[in-house]
Amino acid sequence: MELLNLYQNNYLIVFVFLCLGVILPVVALFLGKLLRPYKPSEAKYTTYESGIEPFHDSRVQFNVRYYIFALMFVIFDVETVFLYPWAVAYDNLGIFALIEMTIFVFMLIIGLVYAWKKKVLKWI
Amino acid sequence: MMEELLHSSPGLVNFGIFFLLGTVLLLVVLGFVTYAILAERKVLGFMQNRMGPNQLGGKWGLLQTAADVLKLLLKEDTIPKLADKPLFIIAPVIAFAPSFMVLATIPFTDKLQFADIGVGLLYYIAISGLTTIGAVTAGWASNNKYALLGGMRAAAQMISYEIPLVMSVLGIILLSGSLNLNDIVAAQADTAWFIFLQPVAFFVFLIAATAELTRVPFDLVEAESELIAGFHVEYSGFRWAFFMLSEYVYLFAMSALVTILFFGGWLPLPFLGFIPGAIWFALKFSMVVFIFIWFRATFPRLRADHLMEFGWKVLVPIALANIFLTALGKELFEYFF
Repeated sequence: MELLNLYQNNYLIVFVFLCLGVILPVVALFLGKLLRPYKPSEAKYTTYESGIEPFHDSRVQFNVRYYIFALMFVIFDVETVFLYPWAVAYDNLGIFALIEMTIFVFMLIIGLVYAWKKKVLKWI
Repeated sequence: MMEELLHSSPGLVNFGIFFLLGTVLLLVVLGFVTYAILAERKVLGFMQNRMGPNQLGGKWGLLQTAADVLKLLLKEDTIPKLADKPLFIIAPVIAFAPSFMVLATIPFTDKLQFADIGVGLLYYIAISGLTTIGAVTAGWASNNKYALLGGMRAAAQMISYEIPLVMSVLGIILLSGSLNLNDIVAAQADTAWFIFLQPVAFFVFLIAATAELTRVPFDLVEAESELIAGFHVEYSGFRWAFFMLSEYVYLFAMSALVTILFFGGWLPLPFLGFIPGAIWFALKFSMVVFIFIWFRATFPRLRADHLMEFGWKVLVPIALANIFLTALGKELFEYFF
């Protein structure tokens, strides 16, 4: 019971921080609304494009490289998610876990080397 | 008092007390941000052989940032007609809220800390990753070409450098056997500061942290010569201020984290134990902040392609090698001693 209380209180603090993090912008923007001027004009609400008339929609098809990097990120992030509990429990697992993890990471390194050779990592 | 409070059953009273204490921390952080911006301008000024702000508030320009904030508060708030209005409004909140949330688990001294959760380090890394969403949301919602490019760059850079960042701390977790930040400091009390045991991890972490903070030399996200201001081109007044604020709150959080992970947090130097831990923490923390400002005055901005290749081809392999060398070293150490 004691421990459960401690646990719940700690996450209550996290929740309080979330509330504060949301409340500050909301309150500040609301107060700002009372202070700041409001003088709308047509030109003010156009999209900024270095002074020339904006043309086309800006939401165009994007370079696929960003997507490939996102995929790479997912693979390596999941890898680190596996590495974290391994590192925490390493003292109890010993040399066998080290060998196992080496094999696991080695397979992912093959993936990285493959991506490297295929020039995926080359940003153009 | 905090101990009793943490062990009592959670309820509205606890919520109220935590809320008040959290507000105090929020005010402290806002104070830090105010003077960190001033310190940055002053230090950059001296490094470039000029004075920096010296008009408002005496020779040291002590009121300069307060005046800047007031000015921003009085600026008109424009939302472009083509923008996606709900997303445009919510983006600064998404960017700011996680930057303050990560402070919940950071121990400033052995007594002065908020949540002492078992997965403190993982919590920090997981929450800080959310800010990327704020940047992408802002870029997308603005419906502006510069903003969208900036937002995409921000996402690509932050996710690329998150990998070496989280991998470099694995060496520390191996040595301390815990994700709890208090335990990590305690492990350093038993052995040595982790900067001495994990120098490679320190350099990888520092570089990746600079990139995560999108500070010079990794500030391509808001490279003003190519992208005007990146994902916050269309933001003005206080909405813009919240992006800046979250950047500096992250500077606070990241410097505190570096202090805890590599410089032993509040641990004193040998023979100087009579100086309280809070002062040690403040000293080390200020030093790390100074290093980040120093970077800004020293390095030129990287090129976008160099940035991505450096992250994946240099930092990731080094961080991976560091993990296995640490594990192997630990195994050998136990075998021989």
